[in-house]
Amino acid sequence: MANGIKDKVAILGMGCAKFGERYNSDAEDLMVEAFEECIKDANIDVSEIQAAWGSTTFDEMGVGKSAIPYSQALRLPNIPVTRVENYCASGSEAFRGAAYAVASGACDIALAIGVEKLKDTGFGGLPNMNPGPLNSQWWANITAPGGFAQLATAYRAKFRIGKDDFKKAIAHVSVKSHANGALNDKAHLRRPITEDDALNAPIIAEPLGLYDCCGVSDGAACAILTTPEIAKSLGKNPLITIKALQIAASNGTEASFNQWDGSHFLTTRVASQRAYEEAGVKNPREDLSLIEVHDCFSVTELVTMEDLHISTEGNAPNDIMDGFYDSDGSIPCQIDGGLKCFGHPIGASGIRMIYEMYLQLLGKAAERQRDKVDLCLTHNLGGFPHENVAAVCIVGRDD
Amino acid sequence: MLGITGFGAYIPQLRLSRSAIVNANVWANPSIAQLSNGERSMANWDEDSITMAVEAARNCLHNIDRDNVKKVSFASTTFPFVDRLNSGVVSTALNLPNDTHSADLTGSLKAGTSSLISAVDSAMKNSEDLHLCIAAEKRLARAGSLQELSFGDGAAALTLGNSSKNVILAELIGHYSITDDFVDHYRAEGSKFNYYWEERWIKEEGYLKLIPESINRLLENCNIKGNQIDHLIVPLSSRGVPQRIANATDISPEIISDNLSNNCGDTGTAHPLIMLASELENAKPGKKILVCGFGQGADSILFQTTEAISDFQARQSFSDSLTSGRQENNYLKFLTFNGLLESERGMRAEQDKQTALSTLYRNKDMLLGFIGGRCTKCGTSQIPKTRICVNPNCGAHNSQTDECFADKKANVMSWTADQLAYSIDPPAHYGMVEFEGGGRLMVDFTDVNTDEMETNMPIRMVFRIKDIDEQRGFVRYFWKASPYK
Repeated sequence: MANGIKDKVAILGMGCAKFGERYNSDAEDLMVEAFEECIKDANIDVSEIQAAWGSTTFDEMGVGKSAIPYSQALRLPNIPVTRVENYCASGSEAFRGAAYAVASGACDIALAIGVEKLKDTGFGGLPNMNPGPLNSQWWANITAPGGFAQLATAYRAKFRIGKDDFKKAIAHVSVKSHANGALNDKAHLRRPITEDDALNAPIIAEPLGLYDCCGVSDGAACAILTTPEIAKSLGKNPLITIKALQIAASNGTEASFNQWDGSHFLTTRVASQRAYEEAGVKNPREDLSLIEVHDCFSVTELVTMEDLHISTEGNAPNDIMDGFYDSDGSIPCQIDGGLKCFGHPIGASGIRMIYEMYLQLLGKAAERQRDKVDLCLTHNLGGFPHENVAAVCIVGRDD
Repeated sequence: MLGITGFGAYIPQLRLSRSAIVNANVWANPSIAQLSNGERSMANWDEDSITMAVEAARNCLHNIDRDNVKKVSFASTTFPFVDRLNSGVVSTALNLPNDTHSADLTGSLKAGTSSLISAVDSAMKNSEDLHLCIAAEKRLARAGSLQELSFGDGAAALTLGNSSKNVILAELIGHYSITDDFVDHYRAEGSKFNYYWEERWIKEEGYLKLIPESINRLLENCNIKGNQIDHLIVPLSSRGVPQRIANATDISPEIISDNLSNNCGDTGTAHPLIMLASELENAKPGKKILVCGFGQGADSILFQTTEAISDFQARQSFSDSLTSGRQENNYLKFLTFNGLLESERGMRAEQDKQTALSTLYRNKDMLLGFIGGRCTKCGTSQIPKTRICVNPNCGAHNSQTDECFADKKANVMSWTADQLAYSIDPPAHYGMVEFEGGGRLMVDFTDVNTDEMETNMPIRMVFRIKDIDEQRGFVRYFWKASPYK
């Protein structure tokens, strides 16, 4: 493995818009809201930004094609701006573009911004995607909840877990995230729920009920990255640096080769393993303080605990029920409410996860602040269990 | 010797109880009150004459080398396409050789038997080739009409050839046809429904004159007496008519074949062929079977079963499929499936379903024929067939030969029942299926209820409508998984 980017890139500033049904805001408003917070935090002028990456998944909605909407909204100084898209992992992809630009020495200060304006579809849930002229002729009539719900059937079959026990474990995931989200004034969904609420909610895609599914939100999140040297020179202290940033994309093995069993994410396992190597993390269950994972559905979070090598195989339901990932557990997961409650404006989510970790590392997470936050991991996933892109990022203080 | 070398029929699993139709409509039409017995076959929303034809032909071609099929004639009055060779879609879905001649026959309910007669004639001319003769029907009828009650949906297929290379199950004795523009009903270009004249006139002047005449002429030509006939197939649901035809032709009324009105209904052009397939399935050797067809004239065809009929093994027993239907009592569902009710479908239904025809043509082997690939280097079977082998330990380029997945055994690896996805029949069931011998695919399921879904459940693949592009009038087909019964 190459050296990677550990400690080569520092976070100079971050910002995040309020997520939710922002019926009175356009994508431009959301971007500017996140950007204003971010550039104030970075304490630089817009003219100092040398390159930018923007992420939006549904170009049919709100933003449109190309990087021009980002450049125009933020009045960027005619710098290279690139639009990236990688399903729900798009935000991590924009963050990676900016991080690699700084790490390579190609530029000193780079911007990543993710935005999604979803609440102009006229209906609930994500818009349909057009998978192209060939795939549209044979792909199953698949939606996100239906794709991820299948993790449950495969996981239950593999570990012989009864339907009710499994449903309780994923209900616990959602109850925990709702409790966390209630404390976050930027979160979309702020009402705590009970286990009964989760168990008895209407079914969206068997066995996932309404509360097993994350919010579909408008929002934007933003990061300005630079070298540790520049960050120090600008007076940043403590310094938050990237320890690892890895992305793994499916190559068709899960979808077409009879090997993967459908109960987990091959890509998350690969990306997290590589990230731990890059960051020098030996024992994630001991070393990580906080994690933000891609809980698009409660069941995704459950299996991801194993794919990140924190829970052992077959043990995620036990760890979850034991409170290991609760806000007062050993490794709180989704302390900001996660996709479940903070919300999921697709192109922004990867950056939003890092935003929370950044706040926690700086001790600025208000009511949600945890003690002793040293090393944080984010996990951002795009696609479906059988074909997806997994991004894992580890951030910490530069000691 | 010349005759039938294979046969198969297909009835959709759904059966609409006639009481559901009567209960919903008797307020407006009290005369149907007495017609609530039994059930009629009902195509699922994703079935049409093409898909049913494919399934009937698959049943028929079981144990037959498809390379020998050199002609296909497909009869229906309900072809999904007016100008696109419907039999061409069927031939491609069946992976028949591309030098097969395919033709559509339509314009009369007699098209089914006429297709048999043209098959017989073409089989006579060529000594080795098989002629695949298919009929399928899915007719619409006005709500509460007698037709809605008496119609059914279904398909049948037979192969005909001569004995030089083929095993004959039923030998052709002869056939006779009458053409007479007797318009008992008609359906004009662009109309959804048939228009009928008085029932009694149809019976007395149509059925009871034209059919006996064609039978008597045939018997006379073949020098056979009516009382030598063992099975009489009259594909009509009109009560008492088959008996009177038997009386008029000196055929014993005892041997009239069941017209399947109790559990299937009248399947139009397909009906004589479905009844013939049903009779052949149970027939003993040496039995004379007389099949009639009616529609602007009459066809009569006489076959005699051979010794080989005793050894015939069906892919799927027709009598089983007749009795293993899934009962549907929801009349509104029937109307909705047939596009006869403007139901709320939600905004997700608005997604554009345009089919890129060039993409379809380029990928027709996979999309219609369900052809995948098999890597010649590592032996991995995979679908879709791709340029680079999917086996992570292989990765060979351009190494795959065609492999058909349509008849492979498969199991469910993961599944869901999705209430969010737009479906005419929610929830949308889909999941990952794994094929025996390699290969897997995330596919839609059909003919399934959520409570029967489970991992490791055996399934088989069926040819169905994938999407309907209402804006442009195009129907997109693909393969779906259905529980194996």
